[in-house]
This record gives sequence, structure tokens and C-alpha cells, in this order.
Amino acid sequence: MALLDVQNLVVEFPGRRGVLRALDDISFSIGEGEILGVVGESGAGKSLTGAAIIGLLEPPGRVASGQILFDGKRIDNLSSDQMRPIRGKQIGAIFQDPLTTLNPLISIGRQLTETMQAHLKLSDRDARARAIGWLEQVGIPAAADRVEAFPHQFSGGMRQRVVIALALCAEPRLVVADEPTTALDVSIQAQIITLLKNLTKSHGTSVMLVTHDMGVIAETCDRVAVMYAGRIAEIGPVRDVVLSPSHPYTEGLMGSIPSLETRVERLRQIDGAMPRLTAIPKGCAFNPRCSRTIDKCREQRPGLMPAGSTQAACWVTAA
Amino acid sequence: MTMQVLQAIEVSRHFDVSRPFLQRALSREGRRILRAVDGISFDIAAGTTLSLVGESGCGKSTVARLAVGLYTPTDGEIRFEGQPLSSARAQPALRRKMNMIFQDPYASLNPRWRVADIVAEPIRAFNILSGTKTINDRVGQLLTQVGLSAADGEKYPHEFSGGQRQRISIARALSSEPEFLVCDEPTSALDVSVQAQILNLMRDLQQKLGLTYLFISHNLAVVRHMSDRLGVMYLGRIVEEGPGEDIFRTPRHPYTRLLLDAIPDISAVGRSRTPVGGEVPSPISPPAGCTFHPRCGLANERCKVEKPPQTKVGNVLVACHAVAEGRS
Ligand SMILES: Nc1ncnc2c1ncn2[C@@H]1O[C@H](COP(=O)(O)OP(=O)(O)OP(=O)(O)O)[C@@H](O)[C@H]1O
Ligand SMILES: Nc1ncnc2c1ncn2[C@@H]1O[C@H](COP(=O)(O)OP(=O)(O)OP(=O)(O)O)[C@@H](O)[C@H]1O
Ligand code: SF4
Ligand SMILES: [Mg+2]
Ligand SMILES: [Mg+2]
Repeated sequence: MALLDVQNLVVEFPGRRGVLRALDDISFSIGEGEILGVVGESGAGKSLTGAAIIGLLEPPGRVASGQILFDGKRIDNLSSDQMRPIRGKQIGAIFQDPLTTLNPLISIGRQLTETMQAHLKLSDRDARARAIGWLEQVGIPAAADRVEAFPHQFSGGMRQRVVIALALCAEPRLVVADEPTTALDVSIQAQIITLLKNLTKSHGTSVMLVTHDMGVIAETCDRVAVMYAGRIAEIGPVRDVVLSPSHPYTEGLMGSIPSLETRVERLRQIDGAMPRLTAIPKGCAFNPRCSRTIDKCREQRPGLMPAGSTQAACWVTAA
Repeated sequence: MTMQVLQAIEVSRHFDVSRPFLQRALSREGRRILRAVDGISFDIAAGTTLSLVGESGCGKSTVARLAVGLYTPTDGEIRFEGQPLSSARAQPALRRKMNMIFQDPYASLNPRWRVADIVAEPIRAFNILSGTKTINDRVGQLLTQVGLSAADGEKYPHEFSGGQRQRISIARALSSEPEFLVCDEPTSALDVSVQAQILNLMRDLQQKLGLTYLFISHNLAVVRHMSDRLGVMYLGRIVEEGPGEDIFRTPRHPYTRLLLDAIPDISAVGRSRTPVGGEVPSPISPPAGCTFHPRCGLANERCKVEKPPQTKVGNVLVACHAVAEGRS
């Protein structure tokens, strides 16, 4: 049985000018010890998916239909009191925005010890020793010297690493990691990725890893989901999605990666922009930017269909 | 002669990170000074891009803030179009010419303002355009350029995703029509296809209007694509500097070589990278001599005591004894 099972999730924002549907029928699962990568257009709904799982959708945002199962039990309909012990201890979250996670007025060390002591039985002394240990694990130099520092005294990437330590220190079973390595240089990034991979091996921790970095996806994930305009465009084993994508959007995405080997005048891009949530076209949401459209693409919405070894929502390449 | 838009001459920036006086007195410890930037020099010629790369915490954002006058140097001097930066900043006509895209797209947007007002703020502050309709049209155009839509101007920052907010801060930075733009991780929150659109836009503006960029990114493929010149930083110093292509083709400093080796590769599904080995030294008590020596495979006794000067090798300046001695 999968540790996390998201079924037909719909998230909406009711507003003055009607209801915005930000996630539209999202389904996927993550097994124990598995790392699922989530990629896709900026604004596609990756962070919202993560927020829905940890029960932190910002009102008026709400789960309008569908369900989220954690270890076989529904968690999408829990009250915030019921959700609190699950968050942190069962499901750890690394948010995209490190500054809002950290309290600017409390020292880094105290934020770590408080989080650990809320979930694990630890003496002050042990908690402090562990806090320093976690800072070392995420590669903060001179950790013992800097455990008293406040967030503003750390660089962008150092703060991000503190957020990672905070998410991992209570040893959760599932980690929702939203862009955990974007502010990090490649060597620290490698260290964090190794840390996550080791946790999946030694503790069977499961990870939902949202990132724009295809290199990180390629070397870390077992499977990848590609999102576009609030829907999943393609999902499958990492090798197939990255190296032989089926959906035209995935193909465009992989083609836009700047190469380190050759320098070109202009990077390849997918022309046009993702539709606004208020103006999602009929049929396939990607059809105005797609070069392979047939009439059906403008009429009927494609669901996920087998396409080689992945599943893709495309009338042309999957059906 | 090419005009230098920005010149940094032996610039340092130190932070006092001592504990409060009483605690210090009790445990008999001295002041602790963190050398975030330690004596660096570079020039950026008009219409070109200098990129800075290096480990997290090595001082890139501090250089970025120094370059637009948000920090004053502890030591050394920064000149903008030939004038001391502080006097350039005092003149609105010159101040308008520089702008910055911040590393943190969240903290830099006022949550209570509508996006249209955020983007229009520099236009109003510097009187670049007048008339509500003219300004609105310009804001709509800027939002469209970064892949959002004019109608998005009505909304507040919290209604946008991370990458959308980053694009709002890019639109705002461009709205003052700057000639010198400091870009601190400008596309870190963007997917590769929107990133390609933004980078293409930045290159187009450079070619059309002659913009000058100081560009910071951890993504080395992006850096290679954008830069004319490249500076590799380690612990507050520039250890290698020169034409970007020369450094990417033949990295000389041992740290640069490590950095280029650690890049993840999409063709390597499932492969594990070996992280750069060794302890990252503390900027509060950096190692003596060459600060990279504890992690360097080529270090010898001299490296442990003597700070390596910059040596010219081809078109590139390298601060490494092994390179200077031909031991590399
Ligand atoms: N509070 C909100 N009110 C209205 N719309 C919102 C709100 N929060 C997010 N959205 C919209 O929902 C969509 C999905 O946002 P989300 O943050 O999940 O994107 P994302 O895939 O994480 O993008 P990025 O890669 O840029 O971080 C976006 O179009 C965004 O504008
Ligand atoms: N206001 C401050 N007070 C004390 N220390 C600071 C301050 N700002 C930066 N530092 C320290 O200076 C060093 C350089 O920080 P900086 O933000 O310039 O790094 P960076 O190269 O931009 O890193 P990143 O890639 O993580 O953004 C770090 O060790 C940081 O802790
Ligand atoms: S369904 Fe049609 S429009 Fe959508 S991606 Fe496939 S070919 Fe393109
Ligand atoms: Mg996001
Ligand atoms: Mg920085």
C-alpha cells in the first residue's frame, strides 16, 4: 500500500469574481521509501499540492473534492487540531520560502530544539547536541559556533539549509520538499540530496520533491509527475519522463534546459504563456501552445493514458 | 576605450557577529568579525555581464548589495560610471540607472500593495512616465514581458506562486529602465521554460539597450549562457576571474575545478554525485594562507601560510600557488 495516496484532488479559491480552480483532478501516490519528483510550469500548482497534503492551504483556498490518504487514513478532512500532531512528526515540510518558515526573533538553535522537543522526548542537552548535529548534516560550517545566530545573519542558502534541518529533525515518514535546493550551490545541493536519499534507504522515508532542476530530478527520483495548469500532464519512471518524454509539454520543458556543453545565442523556449486560471481553454489546457494539436484537443480534456512506459494526458502522443 | 560601469577596488565588508557584551565578558571571548567580502576587485564594462559563482555563503549577495550601495564597504572603494558610488547614489539621475533583483522574491515585495502598484513604484518615484493610462499600459507591458498578464496587476503578491512572484520582482526591476542591473539568483524559482523566456528577454534588452549586468546564480549552465566575464568566489575572495568561456573550457583554480565537477547532469539518471569533500571553513576564523588549502588536493606548506596573489594565466587571473608554480 502506498504511504501517500492523492485521489482526484480539486483545490479551489472562492472569490468575488467566481471560483478559481487551481488544482483540477490530481491523482498520484508515493510508496514507502520512494522519491516522487514534481516538476512543471511556474504557477502550475506544485506548491498548492504540497500545501493541501500538509493541510496548510491558505484560506479561502480549500479542498473542494477528492481525498488524500496517509497510511490508509484520510487526512484532508481533519481539523487543524487533529492535523497538528501529524504535521512535523509524520509529515515534514520544507517550504519554498525559507524566510516565512523561520522566526526572525528566535535563534536558529532554539527553533530546532523546540521543534524536536515538541515531537520527540529529549532533554535540553540532547536536543542542543542534536541541533548542532543537524546543522552539520546540512553543511553549515562551524555549526557549534553559529547555533545561537539569528536568521538574518545567515545567507540565503544557509537559511534554506536550516529549514531543511527543521523539516527532518523530528524524523517524519513523509517529507514534502518544495524547492529545497534552489538557493544552494551544486556541492551543498549534492550533500542535501545524498542526505535525503540516505534517509529513504535507512528509515524508509518517502519524499515528494518539487524542483525545477532536472539534474536533481534525474539523480534523485524514482518517478516524476509533470504538472501544467493545475493538472498532471505526465507521470512515470524518471528515466522515461526525462529522457523520452511523451507529452508535448514535457518535451518542450526538457528542450528548454540550457546546456553546459554548448553556448547558444538564444535558449529554446515554449512560446506563449500558461493560461490564467480564469481562462483555461477547453479540451487540453496546453493546446494553444502545442504544435501537434488535432481537433479533439480543443474539444475534450485528455485524462492520463498509457504512453509507452509513462502515463500522459495527450490525445496525440498517448492515445 | 570601453567605459567601466562598475569598478570595485579592494572592497571588503565585515560583519560584527560578537555575542552581547556581557556574555562575551563572562566567557572571556573577544569580538568576532565575519569577513563576508575580503578585498575583492573587479570591473564591469558597459553592455557586458559579469557573473559571480561560488559556494553558498561565500559572499555573493553581499557583493551584490555593495554594488548598488545597500551596504557600504568596510574597506576599499566602489565606483559607478567613474564616480564614487555614494555620490552617484546621491544624484537621482544616476541612482535611477541602477537597480537590483533580490535573491528572495518574497521578502522584497510589499504584501499590502497590488502588483500593479509594486511594478509602477519606480516609474512614479523617478517620474519616468506620467498619466495613469500611460503608466498602466507600461505596467501591463512589463507584466506581459515576464509571462504574466496585465490583468494580474489587480492581485496581491500572496495570490501568486513562487516563480510568479519572482517574475513580478523582475518586472519591477525593469520598470525603472535601469542601465545597470544586479541580478541575485533572478531565475532560481522558475521552471526551465519560463527561465529560458526570462533569460532571452534579458539578453535582448542587453543587445538593444546596452544593459550591464552583475549576475549571480548557482546554475552554472545559466551562468555560462549569460556571462561575458566570470568571477569564482571562495570565502569572500575572488579566486579566479576572466572571460567566462576561458574558465568554463579550462578551469584552473582547484576550487573552480571542483565546482564544475559537481554539476548534476540530466543524462545521469540515478547516478550519485560525490559532494565536494572536506569541511567548509568558517568565515569567522578562515584558514591562514590560501583559505581553500584544507580542501585542496594540491596544497603544500606554502599554501598553508602564504596568501596566494592573483597571477595572470592567459586571459585569466588565478589566485593559487600551485597554478603559479606550474604544479597543477
Ligand atoms: N492565495 C491564492 N489566491 C489565489 N490564487 C492563488 C493563491 N495561491 C496560489 N494561487 C494560484 O494557484 C496557482 C498555483 O500556485 P502554486 O503556488 O501551487 O504554483 P507552483 O506550481 O508552485 O509554481 P512555482 O513553480 O512558481 O512555485 C497559481 O496560478 C497561483 O496564482
Ligand atoms: N547582516 C549580516 N550579519 C552577519 N553576517 C552576515 C550578514 N549578511 C551576511 N552575513 C554572512 O556573510 C556571509 C556571506 O553571506 P552572503 O549572503 O553574501 O552569501 P551568498 O554567497 O550570497 O550565499 P547564498 O548563495 O547562500 O545566497 C555568510 O557567512 C553570512 O552568514
Ligand atoms: S492533447 Fe493535443 S494539445 Fe494537448 S499536448 Fe497532446 S497534442 Fe498537444
Ligand atoms: Mg511553488
Ligand atoms: Mg545570496
